[in-house]
Amino acid sequence: MDNYPVLIVVAPFMTALFAGLFIWIEERLSYPIVLTGLAVSVFSAVNVLLRVIASGTIQYNMAGWPPPIGIEYRIDLLNAMVLCLVSGVAFLNLIASYRSVQQEISDRTGAYYTVYNLFITGLLGVTITGDLFNLYVLIEITSLTSYAQVAMGDRDRGPLASLNYIFIGVIGASFYLLGVGYLYMFTGSLNMVDVAVIIKDSQGSSTVLVAFILCILGVWIKMALFPMHVWLPNAYSYSPVVFSRAVAPLMTKVMVYVMIRLMITVFGYDYLFQKLQISDAVVWVATIAVLAGGIMALAQKNLKKMLAYIIVCEIGYMVGGAWLGNRLGMTGAILHIMNDALMTFALFLGVGNMIYRQKSVDLTDLRGLFGKMPWTMGGFVLAALSIIGVPPTCGFFSKWYLLLGAFEKGAYHFAAALIISSLICAVLFFRVFEICFFEPMPHGHENLHSHGIIEEAPVSMLVVSGIVSFFLIFAGLYSGTIVNTIILPFLG
Amino acid sequence: METVISIKPLLAVLVTLFVIPILISSSARPNVREAWIFIAGIIKLGLVFSMLPVILEGKQIALILFEIAPGAELAFRVDGLGMLFAIVAASLYIVTSVYSIGYMRGLDEHGQTRFVSFFALALSATIGVAFSANLLTLYLFYEILSLATYPLVTHHQDENSKISGRRYLVFILGTSIALVLPAMIYCYHVTGTLEFSTAGIFTGQLSRPAATVLLLMFLFGFAKAGIMPFHSWLPAAMVAPTPVSALLHAVAVVKVGVFSIVRVMTGIFGVGLLSAYNLGIMVMIIASVTILVGSCIALSQDELKRRLAFSTVSQLSYIVFGVALLSPQGLLGGVIHIVLHAFGKITLFFCAGAIFVATGKKYISQMSGLGKKMPFTFAAFFIGSLSVIGLPPTGGFYSKWNLILGTLEAQQTIFMVVLLISSFLNAFYFLPVVYNGFFGKSDDEGAESPVKIQEANLCLLIPLIITAVISIVLFFYPTIFINLVKVGLGIS
Repeated sequence: MDNYPVLIVVAPFMTALFAGLFIWIEERLSYPIVLTGLAVSVFSAVNVLLRVIASGTIQYNMAGWPPPIGIEYRIDLLNAMVLCLVSGVAFLNLIASYRSVQQEISDRTGAYYTVYNLFITGLLGVTITGDLFNLYVLIEITSLTSYAQVAMGDRDRGPLASLNYIFIGVIGASFYLLGVGYLYMFTGSLNMVDVAVIIKDSQGSSTVLVAFILCILGVWIKMALFPMHVWLPNAYSYSPVVFSRAVAPLMTKVMVYVMIRLMITVFGYDYLFQKLQISDAVVWVATIAVLAGGIMALAQKNLKKMLAYIIVCEIGYMVGGAWLGNRLGMTGAILHIMNDALMTFALFLGVGNMIYRQKSVDLTDLRGLFGKMPWTMGGFVLAALSIIGVPPTCGFFSKWYLLLGAFEKGAYHFAAALIISSLICAVLFFRVFEICFFEPMPHGHENLHSHGIIEEAPVSMLVVSGIVSFFLIFAGLYSGTIVNTIILPFLG
Repeated sequence: METVISIKPLLAVLVTLFVIPILISSSARPNVREAWIFIAGIIKLGLVFSMLPVILEGKQIALILFEIAPGAELAFRVDGLGMLFAIVAASLYIVTSVYSIGYMRGLDEHGQTRFVSFFALALSATIGVAFSANLLTLYLFYEILSLATYPLVTHHQDENSKISGRRYLVFILGTSIALVLPAMIYCYHVTGTLEFSTAGIFTGQLSRPAATVLLLMFLFGFAKAGIMPFHSWLPAAMVAPTPVSALLHAVAVVKVGVFSIVRVMTGIFGVGLLSAYNLGIMVMIIASVTILVGSCIALSQDELKRRLAFSTVSQLSYIVFGVALLSPQGLLGGVIHIVLHAFGKITLFFCAGAIFVATGKKYISQMSGLGKKMPFTFAAFFIGSLSVIGLPPTGGFYSKWNLILGTLEAQQTIFMVVLLISSFLNAFYFLPVVYNGFFGKSDDEGAESPVKIQEANLCLLIPLIITAVISIVLFFYPTIFINLVKVGLGIS
């Protein structure tokens, strides 16, 4: 038994603490320290994924205490995939962050890196743990560090956005904690598998029902499912870009993972779809979320905020897919966790590059950007096409499964919402492209010299954009393989 | 059917894709850049022709690239139909590249590297459509083609092209997402496959109303075919430089639309199902309306390129019309029209561009007497007109002949009248241009002074002479294309 599973979480955690110490010793060293931590984490996560594919679920008891007393790490195909995703995105973002952090938060670099790695530790912990209470603690670590990072952003509006985020985040966490309390009351256990076995035979219990409602509501608030999304757009758009690049692809997707984990591992299909029969209602909520997210995005004048509302829309895709109650829908939802993380990351990388050069990403400030930043815009276009769902980018293939699932269920309203949101996204992004392509450069005195001259983002940021763009296509073309080796075996 | 596995279809698609980085890197040296275009174009044509003997023997060439889902791979399968289309597109690409040099340099256009790069991408996508083995692959390349053409349509980057570009996207991208995508996924949901086969993929799962709705969704969804009321993007797209109008909006893009419809009707529904449900009549009525209305609108256009565009709208529906006859002669006449119309119409566009470069004239009313200055151009225009009208000794005669025979064979005499009326209309809007060109009085010409020949430069002149000559040659030697259609559709 080696320690790769625990290294995934401990490496970023320990390096975060060291980086914190080095603020007083030699602040410049914090960056390489946290980078090493995440590199170890990526390496371990990939290793674990390969092992899970080869030989099945891994159980790891923390400090050797067996469950239900000790905390158990339980890694199956689903969270092995999400672990790779989280650590990979976090690592790549850190590479791209070096120059942005120097520019945006130069006075607090050490502090920023420390908080960043703690944030990632939280996300990885949420994904890996098999213990319900441990999950709560890690969600709170993730949230607290997000509040701090949001507040480091826009000096005027960052703190207020952060405060808003804290209020709603705390409510969400409290719901979840209360739900776990009820489950503990009923079962006397906190281990997911253990709880699942105990509640399997007592599906009529109103305690379990209350526990389920509280848990799922808490998770929905945390993932910003419409209409519980109000904290998200401001929190994501007024935070420093280095943070929004990580939180936008990861936070909501990890919470979707938690929802699926609760649905499949803890409460179980029979309970949700045979006993409760709320899936139709949830799919309707998801349908409205998809449409509302898209329509609100149309009203935005700032690129970052527009993307934040697109996330609200994408959350609807995944929630709807998961609650269709068939294999195809769930396949689509899980595939979309990965694809949406990649697409959103690619989009926000583009935004990061633009902010590095332009300072502002109000839509009117993007004029002539195709000429000025061709590589950045190339990556951005690819990511946008993926969101719209143009093959062979990955976004098309998860939409394919989601639509198939919707047809199988007969949920034509959800299918229609998916199609309409694709069209809305096409309008949204081509509106941006039009501005970048047609509008002449503003003729301010500072821009006059730079007309027609390429002013790209630093190489470190472009390389990351390139890698992620590659993955957008790669994940698309190999989506059949991903579904066959990871998702279908997981669903059994 | 015997199938040969070969990588050639993939190479034929990729050749013009892989040349793009070379084109971009040699943007400072236009001659080197143009040389690379020819190298790529000739390799492409060579690859296409190297597959010809195998296809004519009645075999097919197949290659599976990526397994997305069972029955829906990314895969190529070259048959007679795909071969026919690929030969047309690949050979005309080389001719158009010559023309494009003359045109773009003659007018000293900006962004030439961008232009040739997206042109090459569009060609890759076109060949991809031609060689697609199933509807998913076809849809993928169809969408790539839509996106690759957008920067070509909006090449001038002015207000006018912006508006046209918007219309282009709404009609092309909008319909493909809103209509084709759900229709395709519904087909897969019902049958579990999207593979083209002459018997169709449905085995009794479709009721007549469902089949009608699906067929209409495909018919209008593939809006590149310009079936009314989804045709108005095509005249709008005439703001593009003439090489784009010539190759893409008379051959590649529009024929991809028609080709997709032909594939869906013959490979997804199958002739058997369509005749069983009597759906051919519905398609014929829709096509007839487009044929007649398109011709009438063309009559009223004074701008030459717009007249040609409406003529194209009308001629494209001939192909759909022929296939909808569902009889061997009709199928033959319809499909062969893809080839014959291509050579005729590209000649006309080449002439329009040559006139514009040489004299700056766009409107037919200004072209009176111009034939004396540009005898070769106007002679070629005459031949192109004959071919589009369908008179001997040009290839176009052959498709009109078969279409008329097809209507008799299918006992649809009323529809024969449609074809005849349309031919008259064609003659009315083309021949006066030629007549006035040669015999009309020009405004700026003195009565006595001998007229000097002022043809456009050779790069413009040679391509239009070549395509005009081929239009005549096809009258005498259409055998190879006829055989391809027969092999492709399995008619004897």
